Amino acid sequence: MADPVVPLEAGACVNPIDGSAIGMPQLCADWYLNQIFWLLVALAAIYFVLTRIALPRVGAVLAERAGTISNDIAAAEDLKRQATEAEAAYDKALADARAEAQRISEEARAAIRSDLDKAIAEADAQIAEKTAESEAQIGEIRASAAQSVAEVARDVAGEIVRALGGKSDQAAIDAAVDTRVKGN
Amino acid sequence: MADTGVAAVEGVEVHSEEGSLVFHPMDQFIVKPLFGEAGDPVGMLTLTNATLWMALAVLAVIALFVLGTRGRAIVPSRSQSVAELFYGFIYKMVEDVTGKDAIRYFPYIFTLFLFIFFANFLALIPASFSPTSQIAVTAVLGFGVFIAVTVLGFVKNGASFLGLFWVSAAPLALRPILALIELISYFVRPVSHSIRLAGNIMAGHAVLKVFAGFAAIGAVAPLAIFGIVGIFALEVLVAAIQAYVFTILTCVYLKDALHPHH
Repeated sequence: MADPVVPLEAGACVNPIDGSAIGMPQLCADWYLNQIFWLLVALAAIYFVLTRIALPRVGAVLAERAGTISNDIAAAEDLKRQATEAEAAYDKALADARAEAQRISEEARAAIRSDLDKAIAEADAQIAEKTAESEAQIGEIRASAAQSVAEVARDVAGEIVRALGGKSDQAAIDAAVDTRVKGN
Repeated sequence: MADTGVAAVEGVEVHSEEGSLVFHPMDQFIVKPLFGEAGDPVGMLTLTNATLWMALAVLAVIALFVLGTRGRAIVPSRSQSVAELFYGFIYKMVEDVTGKDAIRYFPYIFTLFLFIFFANFLALIPASFSPTSQIAVTAVLGFGVFIAVTVLGFVKNGASFLGLFWVSAAPLALRPILALIELISYFVRPVSHSIRLAGNIMAGHAVLKVFAGFAAIGAVAPLAIFGIVGIFALEVLVAAIQAYVFTILTCVYLKDALHPHH
């Protein structure tokens, strides 16, 4: 591959005539220092960039993302729990409302019934009062009628006795008439 | 197809000697000054093509991890989610392979991964330079990991770190032999660690160049071009897999240092 008679002045790795490689240039000792120096510079630069900027940034982003995801999951679970609670509260409110409605309607029914009973009782009482009053009046009328009948009977009996030419003994007539009227 | 074949043949003529076809699959690995020719002297601080392509890898990391994540969005943009994917992938790898107590070494491991990953992928651009094919680069990475892990092992565990080589589960008679084998395998680690990466990248790119050379011959050009497409697809896989392999082996070695007892 290499020309054996090439003078090796510029380094043993490159053919000075056409600039082609002699042997394996990747092993050439002439360039070690240069490559090692720039390699260390490059590694130091990458290390610097990574530790000062890139790794804290990426690590923070990853941590933040993990935090956000776990927060979101926790929030979702919280919301789910709240929804379950809300449903339970709704069911409870519904049941309460039903019970309340039943209670109110029961109450209303009872109130109406008691009002009705009271009104009926009042009406009954009034009716009874009126009946008693009427009966008293009827009794009065009857008594006054009976008295009137007795008076008329006495007068008529006295007149008849007189007309018949008898002596009108008023006391006897009264007694006789009273006896007859009572006997009625 | 025929036109490109002719053009490629003319292009190759420049490099051919006496009209015969000559491949230069290794020329792509030459380090040369950015403002100069191949073969010009290269000092330690010279700006070279190696400098350029490593700098592009750094810029790619900055583009993805600084510009890409600047929204800091809870619901990420496309570039931010790619950056988060890389972060999560390597973070989980360190956590799973090395353990939760090794998370503080995550920035170092992530640095290694990103450098290798982007250097590998940028090297797939035609006419680019691949820093990870250079043994100087991968050896620094491999031996750097080896030295760091060994020092860390002794600092964290003291002399009991040597328990790594004393397989207490084995019969007593076998333990010295196993210790020798374990010791050899431990010291071979950085070599295999670095040569695996450099070898894979170098071989793939060299094969691409060889196929490209065959594309200059009109008769086999279609075959060669399909071959390039196939090898290129393979190299895309290799680029990602080698970055992954290097990183996960680093995690495994780090685990041995932190928990040396089997």
